[in-house]
Amino acid sequence: MLQERDLVVVGAGPAGLAASIEAAKAGASVLLVDLNLKAGGQLFKQIHKFFGSSAHHSGVRGFDIGKMLLKEADDAGVETWLGSAVIGLFPGMKVAIEKGTDGSEKEVITLKAKKIIVATGASENVIRFKGWTTPGVMGAGAAQTMINVNHVKPGKKVVMLGTGNVGLIVSYQLMQAGCEVVALVEAASKIGGYAVHAAKIKRAGIPIYMKHTIVEVKAGTDHCTNRVVIAEVDEKFQPIAGTEKEIDADTVTIAAGLKPSAELPKLMKCAFTFNGVFGGMIPLHNENMETSVEGIYVAGDSTGVEEANTALEEGKIAGIAAAEALGYLDVEKAAVIKKEIWERLEALRMGPFGEARMAQKEKILEEYMEKIGTPVAEEGMVEDSDVNN
Amino acid sequence: MCMRVEDHVILDIRKTADLVEITVDGRVISAYAGEPILAALLNAGIKVNRYTVKRHEPRGLFCGIGQCTDCAMVVDGQTNVRTCITPVKAGMIIKTQDGLSKEE
Amino acid sequence: MSIINNGFLEYDELSAIQMLPSDERYAKGPVAVIECVQEIPCNPCEMACRFDAIKIGEPITNLPMLQEEKCSGCGICVSQCSGLAIFIVNKVYTDKTATVAFPYEYFPIPKVDQNVEAVNRKGEVICRGKIVKVMNPASFDHTPVVTVEIPKEFADEVRSMKRG
Repeated sequence: MLQERDLVVVGAGPAGLAASIEAAKAGASVLLVDLNLKAGGQLFKQIHKFFGSSAHHSGVRGFDIGKMLLKEADDAGVETWLGSAVIGLFPGMKVAIEKGTDGSEKEVITLKAKKIIVATGASENVIRFKGWTTPGVMGAGAAQTMINVNHVKPGKKVVMLGTGNVGLIVSYQLMQAGCEVVALVEAASKIGGYAVHAAKIKRAGIPIYMKHTIVEVKAGTDHCTNRVVIAEVDEKFQPIAGTEKEIDADTVTIAAGLKPSAELPKLMKCAFTFNGVFGGMIPLHNENMETSVEGIYVAGDSTGVEEANTALEEGKIAGIAAAEALGYLDVEKAAVIKKEIWERLEALRMGPFGEARMAQKEKILEEYMEKIGTPVAEEGMVEDSDVNN
Repeated sequence: MCMRVEDHVILDIRKTADLVEITVDGRVISAYAGEPILAALLNAGIKVNRYTVKRHEPRGLFCGIGQCTDCAMVVDGQTNVRTCITPVKAGMIIKTQDGLSKEE
Repeated sequence: MSIINNGFLEYDELSAIQMLPSDERYAKGPVAVIECVQEIPCNPCEMACRFDAIKIGEPITNLPMLQEEKCSGCGICVSQCSGLAIFIVNKVYTDKTATVAFPYEYFPIPKVDQNVEAVNRKGEVICRGKIVKVMNPASFDHTPVVTVEIPKEFADEVRSMKRG
């Protein structure tokens, strides 16, 4: 007989944690699963103070919000498996989980879930230039993990590619960790992230090369990055010959945006759509954060790249909706709470930075109503007879 | 070489874990028990983790969260160990992985 | 706006967008200068001020507005602004010098009486300064607020110090 849970939540970042907490508080049996050895997703790398309103922990550092969520999850009785990867979802709402670290004995456990929430976040994009695979070239998130979680510098002299909020914030954090940020490079003519983040970088005296890109990374005799060549770009973002400048650096951090990670809903044949603003292919969902497949919900960056605050609120909606569908929450009470959360999400998606995302979320909800209407029970990509019980 | 973050205005970086020794390609380096192997390697200035199968090109830290496998090395005889998400244990023997390193 | 094209704010752009303190208010002592110029949902500064001197209201994307007559120049808002975009400027510290209090989250934190190179919004060193105050209580949650004394004529330009 397979073990069963009311709810399995995949991904213990802000969305997954918030969802688990709401469902567990309502009385559901919740299993929260995460590949990493520590829960919290990207939160523990965010050492800066968050924006937003006091309802969104404004002024509180990301890792402190992470600690609060972990404690809440613990207090609510959420069962958490870390170092565990959900490697598949199968017909009959079966979840296959591989437990264990590389190099050791791993075991695969399959269990049944009445409801599943996928909150697997996003992954970093890449810009390919000559020498992009050279050791020393990494995602900005990788550098952030090393300095803020593992307290080790990935290198000494860093060139940051990209001036969105990740590029700006990680540059600031690299300086705080004692690295020398020698340049920020941005292909567009405008800074992508918040002006106040850019202002901190400028006050620190770091050159920002607008309308430039990296054309080559050169390696030394140790096979690692030692020179970075940048060049000006034209309106089509093509490098202009003759404008090359060489910078002495041993590290390149790429902050070129994120794309949603939503492989698991694909396995269950959830309907997807392409959305450029949100970073790529995303699962369609309704106001309950439920996909086209009944019982499978999504929340956070895997539904479209936004912020920790929006992930948290979406997670809450998914957790409440799942608990409601399981019968643990009164339909009317749940409706009131969900409405309040949608209003908070609207407030978060205001202003010149949020407006585009607000419009796109509305588009997703409309597309769902048009193409799907009501979620149907799953088919899955694998035949029932193919799955070994 | 020491690439540890020694002082920080925001983070509490006092180490509570035990300092242990691990061996990397025959060289003994210090590491904190339980930290990702890759963190100890970076601290020691080691940035190349493996060489690719066909063109023998060097690879090192890229995603840092277990998704890209660029950091995979041979650990205690096991190949393809993602060093960015695998914790250090005292006495571990680590080798730069050469291609698929079918050995041991 | 030069800040989104280049990363730094030109003073005349700032004064066109934000309500900077009047000359009369500057003559009375230290006062907050809020260099927040984009509409982002954010209001910890309004929550932080115990004198009700910063107004945002609803929606919280509104730019924070300084009520200069209520501002005491205490500096708490400097540590609470997530964007590190508020400064306290005292143009009457002495008859020749002014002070600028700024958030400083780098190691090493400077010490009182230390001589430093003062920088403007572009990170250019424009004069020398002396640290006269360093506030880093637990309530600031690791955002030390450092006050530097500089020649009076640079009070509208100095916004940080060169890192050690």
